[in-house]
Amino acid sequence: MSVLAYGVPIWLLVVGLYGIVTSRNLLHQIISLSVVQASTSVLLLTVGFRAGAAAPVFADIPATRPAVDPVVQALSLTDAVVGATVSALLLAVAVQVHKRTGTLDPDALRRRPER
Amino acid sequence: MTPRVRRVVFLVAAGALAGVLAWGFGGLPRFGTFDGAYGQILNHVAVPQRHITDVVAAVNFDYRGFDTLGEEFIFFAAVLGVALILRTQRGEHAGHLADHATGRAVPPTSDAVRVLGLLLTPPAVLFSIYVVTHGHLTPGGGFQGGVILATGVLLIYLAGEFDDLHGLYTEPALERGAAVGVAGYVAIGLLGMAAGTAFLDNVLPLGRLGSIFSAGTVPLINLSVGLEIAAGLVLLLTNFLHQTIVIRPVVGRSA
Repeated sequence: MSVLAYGVPIWLLVVGLYGIVTSRNLLHQIISLSVVQASTSVLLLTVGFRAGAAAPVFADIPATRPAVDPVVQALSLTDAVVGATVSALLLAVAVQVHKRTGTLDPDALRRRPER
Repeated sequence: MTPRVRRVVFLVAAGALAGVLAWGFGGLPRFGTFDGAYGQILNHVAVPQRHITDVVAAVNFDYRGFDTLGEEFIFFAAVLGVALILRTQRGEHAGHLADHATGRAVPPTSDAVRVLGLLLTPPAVLFSIYVVTHGHLTPGGGFQGGVILATGVLLIYLAGEFDDLHGLYTEPALERGAAVGVAGYVAIGLLGMAAGTAFLDNVLPLGRLGSIFSAGTVPLINLSVGLEIAAGLVLLLTNFLHQTIVIRPVVGRSA
């Protein structure tokens, strides 16, 4: 189980990087970056998990019940917010790149001077 | 570098990276046995100390409230950045409102999408209010609820026309909403200093555990974050929609 739990974030990181490196389209590249970023969320939640424990919300369970780590869950919220803002900024840049150059292919951008 | 060479170089480097990560993760506690002291202490003390049932919210908006303030400013700065990048550029002007796509006709909205959008919008808005106001009791809070509220606005656009959104809000109102949300968080932090303790200290009455008026400053911070996120996201959405619906190149110039 440990192998799978820690293997998934490694896989997400590497496969997302593969997407970024081989991408032929800026939008695909931005989504690949989101995949890379998802690996940190999965890793955080993996690290904080305790077998047999409940979620750290004591609304309907006794306060003495073992619960998973709340700190990493709070961090994964930060992760989600930062990920969304990075995507929004990159997408805005991609819109302007397409307007100026007429292409979203990173390789074509390098060959083509700004109009 | 040809794509083929690039791929080979990447695969070698990625293999090494994955190997080092696997080696490092091998030294972490086995899955399901984590026993970090900080989290476990919080799980025990947060409920009696702050009269809050969602310990994740207690970490975000109370014990580590200062970090979340930074996070809120990251979001605010990103919204400003997108508005700046997507402003009307030289050689562009604001045209009449019309959906526009390069090289193809825009199909009209189908009846199914219209009906579904109308049916889903009220529950989305109601649910967002619930998620924001109960953030200190159950999973949720200002960030999550704000995103759901912005989804409600997006549903109205999907079910109708861009014009329909203009009756709902104006851009200056959204900008003020986002600014008031951020400033509200800081103001709640200053309450602690006014009371003679630390910035963002939870100085308000804690109330009865499990009640909606409990946990001191946390529900107020959730409200201000909810306002900031909802207004900021709708502003983001509006900026992106403007690119396809409003902003046009000036005729006679290449874009």
